[in-house]
Amino acid sequence: MKTVFGIVLMSLILFGVSGPCAASEDVPSIESIVARSNHASLYQGVDCQGTTTMTITDKQGRVRKRQFNMLRKNGDTQDEDQKYFVYFIEPSDVRKMVFMVHKHVGLETDDDRWLYMPSLDLVKRIAASDKRTSFVGSDFLYEDISGRSPEEDIHELMETTEKYYVVKNTPKKTDAVEFAAYVAHIDKATFLPMKIEYVKADNRPYRVIEVLDVESVGATENGKPVTYPTVVRSEARDLESGSRTEMVFSDARYNAGLADDLFTERYLRRAPKEVLP
Amino acid sequence: MGAGFSAGAWRGALSGLALAALALAAAGESLAASFWDQFSTPEVHGFLEVRAGCRTQPDPYEKEASILETRLQGEVSTQTQWAQFKYKGDVWYDGILTQVRYDTREAWMFLRPSEYLDIKIGRQVLTWGTGDLVFLNDLFPKDWQSFFIGRDAEYLKAPSESVKVSLFSDILNADFVFTPLFASDRFITGQYVSYWNGSLGHLAGNESELDYEKPDQWFTDAEYAARLYRTVGAYELALYGYFGFWKNPGGIATSGEYIFPRLNVYGASARGPVAGGIGNIEVAYYDSIEDPDGRDPNINNSEMRYLVGFAREISRDFNASVQYYVEQLLGYHGYRESFAGDQPRDEVRHVLTLQLIKLLMNQNLELSLSGYWSPSDRDAYLRPKILYKWTDNINQEVGANIFLGERDDTMFGQYKADTNIYMALRYSF
Repeated sequence: MKTVFGIVLMSLILFGVSGPCAASEDVPSIESIVARSNHASLYQGVDCQGTTTMTITDKQGRVRKRQFNMLRKNGDTQDEDQKYFVYFIEPSDVRKMVFMVHKHVGLETDDDRWLYMPSLDLVKRIAASDKRTSFVGSDFLYEDISGRSPEEDIHELMETTEKYYVVKNTPKKTDAVEFAAYVAHIDKATFLPMKIEYVKADNRPYRVIEVLDVESVGATENGKPVTYPTVVRSEARDLESGSRTEMVFSDARYNAGLADDLFTERYLRRAPKEVLP
Repeated sequence: MGAGFSAGAWRGALSGLALAALALAAAGESLAASFWDQFSTPEVHGFLEVRAGCRTQPDPYEKEASILETRLQGEVSTQTQWAQFKYKGDVWYDGILTQVRYDTREAWMFLRPSEYLDIKIGRQVLTWGTGDLVFLNDLFPKDWQSFFIGRDAEYLKAPSESVKVSLFSDILNADFVFTPLFASDRFITGQYVSYWNGSLGHLAGNESELDYEKPDQWFTDAEYAARLYRTVGAYELALYGYFGFWKNPGGIATSGEYIFPRLNVYGASARGPVAGGIGNIEVAYYDSIEDPDGRDPNINNSEMRYLVGFAREISRDFNASVQYYVEQLLGYHGYRESFAGDQPRDEVRHVLTLQLIKLLMNQNLELSLSGYWSPSDRDAYLRPKILYKWTDNINQEVGANIFLGERDDTMFGQYKADTNIYMALRYSF
């Protein structure tokens, strides 16, 4: 069985490799696809803000809701370091809590994370280093929100279809993650990953993230009008637990000129007007 | 000038400042309509909670029930272009005291008048420092009574009526907190929790509550606290200063009453990533200025306090922190020479703390354990807790406060008979 699978996989890879050869004019290199996809998913604009609403539905149909306003700012132009500011609105027991992240790309550096608890006026430093942890109890993981560095995986272009580049990503450090690989369907026009399927070692899919809606959001970049294709509705499904989370991103705005100061203890303790409802 | 007014009047004036500002401005009738237009639609939230607990052993000095309350917390917040306002208050029926109680948790106005300045005026909860449930340079009021009987952890911090001014620059940030009337800790008096009464020489409870006299002159008995801080890379560095009083009774007057002698505190802290986790270190010098050489047996000696801690994730959704905390009595020789009782304090008190938090079932179930253990006092305090979120609005909590110790007069050992279990059900809106 393993051999058969190996042959299938080999042929897929071969097909993947031969595909781009056949149409070498318009297929960018795998490095370029992955880099552009990473940029489109997380780094469009210098800064971005909006409201995220998550609806978590478990196997029994019980529904929980999470809502937060988010600010994001790029720390450089290399699509690496970023800062995030998350101001919770729902549920009521976490309202006005703030989660702040200074994201560092690199295999050896952990992100810096803080949590502000308003009822205690407490600024807590979070020691969590595991990025494969559920984000606020949803089916999205911390890494789905803040991004997974392309450096952490080996990428292969499996197939080029009419609409997608199909890229298989295999982690370099297999013990740090729960998946054996994930396959991303990357839109050829926008470079947004429209479907990501995570598989275990036996190639069994157990987790799927799908983009359900993309909108073009207008903004100004270096004085010129631009549009950023933005994921406004997506869904993560945990095939093992039967739970799913729909994520809606609304009021998206880019390049508002968010100051670096917003991502400091001052604003952690007293949120800026940009995130207040 | 402050002394001329009654404490109540000042308290009302300060804690209600936000509301007073509104009322004053609204008084100009012609302006009223446009005035109210400035405010965002008020957000109203809160919770309704039932909490009950009992002692797990007889306590000759207290009731069998350790906590019995039905509590409603309400909060209203609004903002304008120039300010934010918040009120948060609790009203509850207290089955231990068999009476209805009320407490304003917050009533403040916040201003951000410039890029370099923030001001918060009114009744507020304040916290700083790096300790996890251990406080060295945080001299803002704590409510140990609530903590020990099993109220929500939110209530460990008691509010104070203060003005907080924060200044920001690229080099250094500064917080200054002025509290015009001393706000002590809500310490153990025997009302809910039996304790070691040193002047009686035995355990005591609600029949013999602690007799004390608090500094109560507005402005004369004020507290000043300051913090200078900056972040270097991922490391947070801070210096602290405090000028006020011992927050718990720190001395005995000739009349036998417990008193709050003057205290100045100077300290420093650092916090940042270490070895795959977060490390923190904090030090504080408690200068008991009414007993500088430590020879007055009726007033606390000066102390040095040290804390070093480390927190990290052990596995997915499982976090742990450990801390080592030391209190060193200064002028110990003088203390021993003048000490008349049987059980003098050790020169150094060592405490180890442990916090474990595990999240399960999509983070809806939280298992946690906080523990303090003092090898020098040979006592310990354990706080196991289970919290389950039935829905986004309803959660349930079961926990315990376990006190262990060989002697009746040590920090945690004195509360052995107060060991309790509790349950709570909360609806948030």
